[in-house]
Amino acid sequence: MRERVPKVFRGPTPRRKEDDQVVYIDTDSAPRIMFSGEDLLLEDLPVGTRVVYPKPPIEGLANPGAAIRYALNHPLGTEPLYAQLMPGMRVTIAVDDISLPLPPMARPDIRETIIEILLELLDANGVDDVHIIIANSLHRKMTAAEMKRMVGAKIHDAFYPDRYYNHDAEDPEGMVHLGVTAANEPVNINRRAVESDLVIYVNVNMSPMNGGHKSVTVGLCDYDSLRPHHEPETIRQSNSYMDPKSSLLSTKIERMGALIEEHMNVFHIETALNNRMYAGPTAFLGKNEDEFTELDRMKFEAMRWTLGKMPPAAKRKLFHSIPAQYQLIACHAGKTEPVHEKILERQFEQYAVNVRGQADILLCGIPFISPYNVNSILNPLLVQVMALGYFHNMYRGSPVLKKGGVLIITHPCYDEFDHNHHPSYIEFFNRLLPETRDAMKLRHKYEEEFAHNPSYIEMYRRGNAYHGAHPFFMWYWGENGRQHVGRVIVAGATNAHVPAMMGWERAESVTEAIAMARSTVGPSPEVTLMHHPPMVMMDME
Amino acid sequence: MPRGAAAFYDLDGTLVSTNLVHAFLYNAKNQQGLLKSVFKTVATLASVPLFLGADLYSRRLFNDVFFVRYKGESEDRLRYLADELFVNAIQPSIFPGAYELIDKSKRLGLRQVLVTGALDLTVRPLAKHLGIDDYVTNRLEFVDGAATGRLLPPVMAAATKASWMRIYAEKEELNLSDCYAYSDSMSDLPMLSVVGHPTAVNPDFRLRATAHQHDWPILDLR
Repeated sequence: MRERVPKVFRGPTPRRKEDDQVVYIDTDSAPRIMFSGEDLLLEDLPVGTRVVYPKPPIEGLANPGAAIRYALNHPLGTEPLYAQLMPGMRVTIAVDDISLPLPPMARPDIRETIIEILLELLDANGVDDVHIIIANSLHRKMTAAEMKRMVGAKIHDAFYPDRYYNHDAEDPEGMVHLGVTAANEPVNINRRAVESDLVIYVNVNMSPMNGGHKSVTVGLCDYDSLRPHHEPETIRQSNSYMDPKSSLLSTKIERMGALIEEHMNVFHIETALNNRMYAGPTAFLGKNEDEFTELDRMKFEAMRWTLGKMPPAAKRKLFHSIPAQYQLIACHAGKTEPVHEKILERQFEQYAVNVRGQADILLCGIPFISPYNVNSILNPLLVQVMALGYFHNMYRGSPVLKKGGVLIITHPCYDEFDHNHHPSYIEFFNRLLPETRDAMKLRHKYEEEFAHNPSYIEMYRRGNAYHGAHPFFMWYWGENGRQHVGRVIVAGATNAHVPAMMGWERAESVTEAIAMARSTVGPSPEVTLMHHPPMVMMDME
Repeated sequence: MPRGAAAFYDLDGTLVSTNLVHAFLYNAKNQQGLLKSVFKTVATLASVPLFLGADLYSRRLFNDVFFVRYKGESEDRLRYLADELFVNAIQPSIFPGAYELIDKSKRLGLRQVLVTGALDLTVRPLAKHLGIDDYVTNRLEFVDGAATGRLLPPVMAAATKASWMRIYAEKEELNLSDCYAYSDSMSDLPMLSVVGHPTAVNPDFRLRATAHQHDWPILDLR
């Protein structure tokens, strides 16, 4: 009798790469690194798992200053900036806030470089009535130290606080109603900007959702002007909101932006950065694990061991203190739309990876940072916005995950909130979510109560708190994902109640989560890991 | 029928930077006769550590040792000085954010109510100035036009404020879970605990820690 040879399951036959950034896990593949908040996990993924890596950084421009000057002197759709300046005119420089880029870039921040050049130009043309406004919309106001870091001590000391300040959407005297669009959307904008002869917007673009008309329309508006597009139905109809051509959010903002440009003279400066998030000792985090050297492995193990010994607050502090090494890859200036189009092209060149076919299971490691918790905690609502909002929407064409598929995320899901930055989030999480997770109900029943809560308004105006309505926007931001995803499983959540509050399931590990997901998607699912950060967008075929 | 809601404010340290001792000092400085003024002022200043210690122990003890200093003060004189006290001392000490907080609160249709341990004489002009709808204060007992150094019940402090608010809400058909309360002091924990929207304003260390523990908003109006 012949001896029976045990059958070894080796998984599906490894396929060829469909793009340099798309890699399939084979029997001899290295385990993959996934972020889980401030920790790094090393996961052995099932054979056949598709791993999508970000593209390598496009080489930065050798002389950013020259590129910026060239853009100012050769603008798109309008006259060069110097030709628009006259002595005695009133100019407002509006600038993106700390939510971009992520993490904050190593000094000099690109905004500092641009504003320095602008101030020289304005001064040379006799323009001395200049204000610099941070276009923070309903985001928290930046602290004095953050403001100083962003533009450098020289500009800060010359302008702060009288001529360099945060936009205040709740200042009753500080807003001007410009009118309503054909779709009845009210447009209210910062008074100083409206009453300026020229507004120069300095943008830092990292995600295709930002920039363009969104800069002024959202950055300098108030709550009433945000409501028409920061709402669940708009997000449901944005497939995705990272793809401006398929985004109702972008359509609405463009409509409002057109109205603004009827009333205001806006000179738009947009920049695109590469994705050089890691450099030096942490450069290995941007590599394919199969290509790790022995030194990379040692560095990773040392980092993981160290992080494992540190308390969460210290890990957070450590990660937030490592600036990103982004470099300028494009700068264009002039009229909003042509400028934005050029920048988007360059951005997609950096971020978009061709991917063929949707997945049954999508794996995402949730990192320590989002646009809404720079120098703060990624609280449960922000974990939600990263998972169902940002990561779900990182596509053009069709979603990476099949309708009804399983999203597996890795994060401790600690029940921690920053009392200074996110006070209204705490009430939203503890009071509203136990009652309902229905975005429509939340909007209609509670949004205005939070938006007009005097305590939250004062904390936004006088402190560094996000606006009372902001947690609602964060919930709506995940609405498209919530409608699309069948199940969300959190691997490594340290408690049961946060995932439960979100309507998610909990698993001890990624392996257990995949096993749980198989009950929904069958025994041989297509599994995809989005290997980020840095950011990667999928061009889905 | 839906019930209304109100915003309840503590006063000293919450909306204004002055407190009971400032008000008393003002009266002490403005006694009839220089010697009397000097004596009362020095005596009050010398008692500040005692007041602080008593307040740290309990607001009730503070009231006992503090209000006795008013013994013998003429009611007419106190009333006369109250308006002056408001213009010279209290009005300049209103926190810049207080006006806006009250304004935003009014826009929500909330009734504005001061719940304070300060004296009615000093609160009246301030309440009018801030557009407060109702207020409850401590009141000195007067016999034959002179203060006895005792307070008329109910003495507004700690739990009494909360029970007054409950009765007030019942009487005025307010839903306490829709109401807001603002205070700077740990002694007002009961007042903050009975409403649905408590906020610690310019809080002391103990209240700040408690607010963190309960996830209440913390506001700085200064």
